[in-house]
Amino acid sequence: MSKRRVLGLFDGFDPAFAAINDIKAGNVSGVKLDDVEVLSPIEHPDIDEVLEHRKSHVPKWTLFGALFGMIGGFLFLASAQANFLVQPQGGKPVIALPTNIVLTYEMLILSAVIFTVIAFLVTARLFRKRNPLYSEQITVDQVGIEITLDESDLAGLKESFAKHGVLEVREGAL
Amino acid sequence: MHTKDINENLPWSQINKDVMRSMMNPRKAYWVAIIVCIAMISCAVAAEVYQYNVGMGPANLNWPHMWDLYIATFIFWIGMSHSGTLLSAILHIIHADWRKPIYRFAEAMTTFSLMTAGLFPVIHIGRLWNMYWVLPYYSDRGIWPNFRSPLVWDAFAISTYLTSSALFLFIGMIPDLAICRDNTTGWRRKLYTILSLGWRGDDRQWRNFRRTYLLMACFLIPLAVSVHSIVSSDFAMSVMPGWHVTTFPPYFVAGALYSGCAAIMTLFICLRYFFRLEDYMTIPILVKTAKLTFAIAMVWTYLNLIEFASIWYGHNAVDKELLIAKFTGAYSPYFWMMLFIGSVVPFTLASEKLRTHLPTMLVVSLVLNLGMWLERWMIVTPTLSQGYHPFAFDVMWPSMIQWAIVFGSFGWFGLLFLIFVKVFPCVSMYEVKEMCYHRKREAMGVGHGSHAAGGAAGAVTASKTDLEGS
Repeated sequence: MSKRRVLGLFDGFDPAFAAINDIKAGNVSGVKLDDVEVLSPIEHPDIDEVLEHRKSHVPKWTLFGALFGMIGGFLFLASAQANFLVQPQGGKPVIALPTNIVLTYEMLILSAVIFTVIAFLVTARLFRKRNPLYSEQITVDQVGIEITLDESDLAGLKESFAKHGVLEVREGAL
Repeated sequence: MHTKDINENLPWSQINKDVMRSMMNPRKAYWVAIIVCIAMISCAVAAEVYQYNVGMGPANLNWPHMWDLYIATFIFWIGMSHSGTLLSAILHIIHADWRKPIYRFAEAMTTFSLMTAGLFPVIHIGRLWNMYWVLPYYSDRGIWPNFRSPLVWDAFAISTYLTSSALFLFIGMIPDLAICRDNTTGWRRKLYTILSLGWRGDDRQWRNFRRTYLLMACFLIPLAVSVHSIVSSDFAMSVMPGWHVTTFPPYFVAGALYSGCAAIMTLFICLRYFFRLEDYMTIPILVKTAKLTFAIAMVWTYLNLIEFASIWYGHNAVDKELLIAKFTGAYSPYFWMMLFIGSVVPFTLASEKLRTHLPTMLVVSLVLNLGMWLERWMIVTPTLSQGYHPFAFDVMWPSMIQWAIVFGSFGWFGLLFLIFVKVFPCVSMYEVKEMCYHRKREAMGVGHGSHAAGGAAGAVTASKTDLEGS
């Protein structure tokens, strides 16, 4: 069975969410909630609830970045200072903990921020080839529902979309 | 008079059009401002080139005044950078949505202020081609970075802040860059296509975007505070009179927020006029910024008073003599001017009539920044003029070379900023849409979570036309 990709464009969040709730209720055969992607001009606070709280893994990367920055930063400073033995230290310790705290703190933040940004670029799946179904109206005021499904289920989905006032349906081969 | 922060009935397509139009078609005053900035930069370039021809003598920098205006202006620009990102992050975390139309240019202000501040250590070296000497790198000349020194902390802290602020600005701009990509042609479309990183606004992108933005905001708040605390340590960790003060870190942070808020007001009024953004940069938002500036001005005043009291009752003879010299000596006119501008002028912000009058607010915000610049000068120069050694006491007046370079730094900042707001949207389109959407829903009594009930019955009855205007 060949797979199709369908994008339905709606006039705002309410009809789009109603169409998704229809899918959640099992009223559209062959389509599961996991297959649904919502494209929108803004982030609606209810999207997470409608899509049943899909997870973001960005915080894990941030935590790793912060720990990496803290430990790596301190080791970097300490190893550099360990090379300063040729310098007179004036009775001060070669590796001074109180002053290293300041730079360790800065390295913690820098690393956490950089890892957070990398996590975003990876987990948000940016840099992907542009989807031919994409509509520029999504960055204006329309809300899109994109679904990948079997060709045989296409008619049922279109019927459901039509019931909720879809403005335009775009479809293409996967 | 406007009473709402924004007209929530603005159609979303109109928001896109207005902001895109502002980038394409500014008023003539914008181009005049560009020319003025270039002229100001020319003064600094001429001064620098003159020094290359005749030597560094005309800068009149000599012991004990090794930096003078350069370090004072460096601190001023670092301070100016604070309000943008810091206020944006704080207001984002506490969900103060009135930040949305103004945070973009405030964050850009942070980035360009830091870039301007970064010029001064390089200029101070006197040889621009050796600019890498300012970095604490592992040197083959036997000069080892001293990680115990606040100057090295400064290099790390400012680099971290510049990197993080620039990333914060860029990440927050991605959805808007996608809007620009979809609504432009030619070189702009190519640029925005690259910078929008393939953004298409799906739920995965928005979910991760929000988490990323929030996490970055959480890290930027302590970072911003630490950066100016570290800058204050350049002075406070020395034993010089007037600098070795416990209150310096909070004093610096308060001064930074103060000058940054005043700069936000200046840029707010200029951008509103240059780009015809009256619907977005509204008077109620300016009033909120003015109130915030007034509150910070009072904190700054308090910290000044507590510093004077600490020195006076501390009975450290050298510190006390320096304080008396600041009030009565050669620099006293500038010291009194600083106190007057920093502590008395802000009371104009407490007047409802004055703070809604744009020309007055423009003048007041510029004067406040003059006061904050004087503050930095009065931190640096009197201490260097009257330290511990009476044989080194002197009065130093900066040379024209120094004034020209300081003057040019304002042109440099202005030019970078004006180019940015012409190429990138200075109002966050998607966040203004969110602001309008949520305010409209609140006004209609539609609560959060009303869509998640399941089934078509879970959908509220408000139509898009109702929520987004006609």
